[in-house]
Amino acid sequence: PPPLAETPRRAPAARPFTMPTVGVGRDELFARLGQTSYTPEDLVEEGKAQHEFDELCFEFGIELDDVTSDRMMAANEIKNADAEAQAKLDELDDTVIYKIDIPANRYDLLCIEGIARSLRIFKGLESAPTYQIIEPAQRQIMRVKPSVKDVPRPFVVCAVLRGMNFEENNYKSFIDLQDKLHQNICRMRKLVAIGTHDLDVVEGPFQYDAQPRDEVSFVPLTEEDKEWTGKALLDHYNTDPGCKHLKPYTKLIYDCPNYPVISDAKGRVMSMPPIINGAHSRIQKGKTTNVFIECTATDLTKAHIVLDTMVTMFSEYCSEKFSVEPVDVIYETADGGVESTETTPRLSSRMAEAQLTDICSVIGVELDAPTVCELCTKMQLGPASYDEATGTISVTVPPTRSDILHAVDIIEDVAIAYGFNKLIPGEVPPTQTVGGPLPLNHFSDQLRDEVARAGFTEVLTHGLCMTRENFDNLRRVNDGSAVQLSNPANEEYEVVRTTLLPGLLKTLKHNKSMPVKDGIKFYEISDVVLQDTNADVGARNERHLAATYAGLTDGFEVIHGLVDRYGSDKSKLLSSFTML
Amino acid sequence: MLYRLANDYKATGVFTPKKYFSVDRVFRNESMDNTHLCEFHQVEGLVADRNLSLKHLIGMIKTFFEAIGITQLRFKPAFNPYTEPSMEVFGFHPDLGKWTEIGNSGMFRPEMLAPMGLPPDVRVIAWGLSLERPTMIKYRIRNIRDLFGHKVDLNMMKESPLARFP
Repeated sequence: PPPLAETPRRAPAARPFTMPTVGVGRDELFARLGQTSYTPEDLVEEGKAQHEFDELCFEFGIELDDVTSDRMMAANEIKNADAEAQAKLDELDDTVIYKIDIPANRYDLLCIEGIARSLRIFKGLESAPTYQIIEPAQRQIMRVKPSVKDVPRPFVVCAVLRGMNFEENNYKSFIDLQDKLHQNICRMRKLVAIGTHDLDVVEGPFQYDAQPRDEVSFVPLTEEDKEWTGKALLDHYNTDPGCKHLKPYTKLIYDCPNYPVISDAKGRVMSMPPIINGAHSRIQKGKTTNVFIECTATDLTKAHIVLDTMVTMFSEYCSEKFSVEPVDVIYETADGGVESTETTPRLSSRMAEAQLTDICSVIGVELDAPTVCELCTKMQLGPASYDEATGTISVTVPPTRSDILHAVDIIEDVAIAYGFNKLIPGEVPPTQTVGGPLPLNHFSDQLRDEVARAGFTEVLTHGLCMTRENFDNLRRVNDGSAVQLSNPANEEYEVVRTTLLPGLLKTLKHNKSMPVKDGIKFYEISDVVLQDTNADVGARNERHLAATYAGLTDGFEVIHGLVDRYGSDKSKLLSSFTML
Repeated sequence: MLYRLANDYKATGVFTPKKYFSVDRVFRNESMDNTHLCEFHQVEGLVADRNLSLKHLIGMIKTFFEAIGITQLRFKPAFNPYTEPSMEVFGFHPDLGKWTEIGNSGMFRPEMLAPMGLPPDVRVIAWGLSLERPTMIKYRIRNIRDLFGHKVDLNMMKESPLARFP
């Protein structure tokens, strides 16, 4: 068969949740991967370069979802480009962009820096970096006033990156990573919001408090010449079409009397989390070298993960590579005393363990300790060691791998590094069991055979329908018995049916061209759902049978015959017969 | 049903391995298009026994897909919140002549099983696929509404051949 990489770009088979997609420049990615030998022929769409990258992604567990460019993405938005639109399109960048789908729990793969580094380590081209906290002569300080607890947005974590050099690509990557984190782990900034600042234009000690919304005043990043007060700014973001990307976040603080503010020793507003940074402290390409990062949060655990991700991803650009400067966060009491302090970022390397026997048993292959340790290194879990006395493999979990929660996470990484496909053809489990269908399903299948024998054709209709299809159109009163969808994505699907009739009638509507001489006969045996306060989920399923006859006569005798044949409680079945 | 299995174990002290399957309706609140509806069907299989491995899961999946005519498989690391390891299943589809994603699988995380009280060496492996997608591939159906729902042509129901593999 042809190589795997010929899988077409397609919609995934019903993923239960969204995978983040990261756009990276293809050429920059290949350069970072040390892949410099591709010829222009190799680089064509679906060419050798793409196939090899597809294979690497497949082994590692990410996916190349789309190959595009800024120009192509803009072109897709426009249906028919006239000459003027085409000229505008031609001005756009056509550098090839790879859109890569990454697993939802891997915050270290949300930018090109992270993806490239992880793949290099996976390929054995480099070992995982050791991130260092470098103590400055004097640590920066962030004082947190108790007023932030009332917002509530009670936590903040901070760090300093020194000696950075922002040019076009890494500047964009820096902004994009913050966006991705905001959209994913930060739950649209609700749990954590990131602010990044030029340290050289502000002065510590810094302050995080909540200020009256009509008093806090600053020039936000979106307006380089005008000062706004807090609430007025949010009103502006709620209404101005040019700022509509900020509208979803305003409700997080809009109704509070006091808005969160990060400011410096001179009272200059650096940011108003989680909405917008101040223009004064903004990061500038070619100018900013020292960066102050603050992450305000309602969830401290996530805040640490977010901060660790920001610094591990971008510390590669610091003058001391992979080093970070700590900040003291002091939580104050109402009278200015100290309630607690925390030095951030945590950036801790921790150890985690798995039993060698468990690793081998879960994967289903015999591996010796040195091999397992080597495989761990490929997955950023090195150095790994083995204690023969206890049979334990100990791995080093870097701050980039917050997804390692349990021994099984280590075991999965060992399996990935080993290669899932090496386990093919596998082995059928020796489990002995006696199988069979559920009695209700068995009965349903028997009934389906019998009704079909009576000349009815089976149909399968949707469980969701419009409210009026379930009640008004059947001339039934809406007694509130139907389960309603609280946020239907589609107006055709408002309630879960309490009767099979809507589906059957709609089937008839779409099959009017069927020959009527002997009548159009069809049936369904399927679940309906009714509200039920006795059920633990508030609703119960009922398996119903419904049959329809439509023809030149009313065919009452046909339905009657069916009921006679298979209905044990005639009055119940007859009461739901409707003459149409 | 895993919960009931665990309760049986607690009551009797005896763990009985089980294999379960389900073919049933699932729902999702997303926008629809030619190949996606708000509701569709999933087929799922599960084996609960002591000391099961990824190798067993692969063996089980291979046997399952052979029954519908797909014999060449590859597995890709994936992420599900409730399984670790997780694998996406890719098969070489004989009708399409190319590799395509055909299912998802994994081993349930211990955090899911331990609270139910199952013995610690009991492992649960599971796999699943959607029903509509492979059917549409096999029968070259382009619109899911031709297969499921009130817009299905009753003539098609009457005239379709028996489903047999290969």
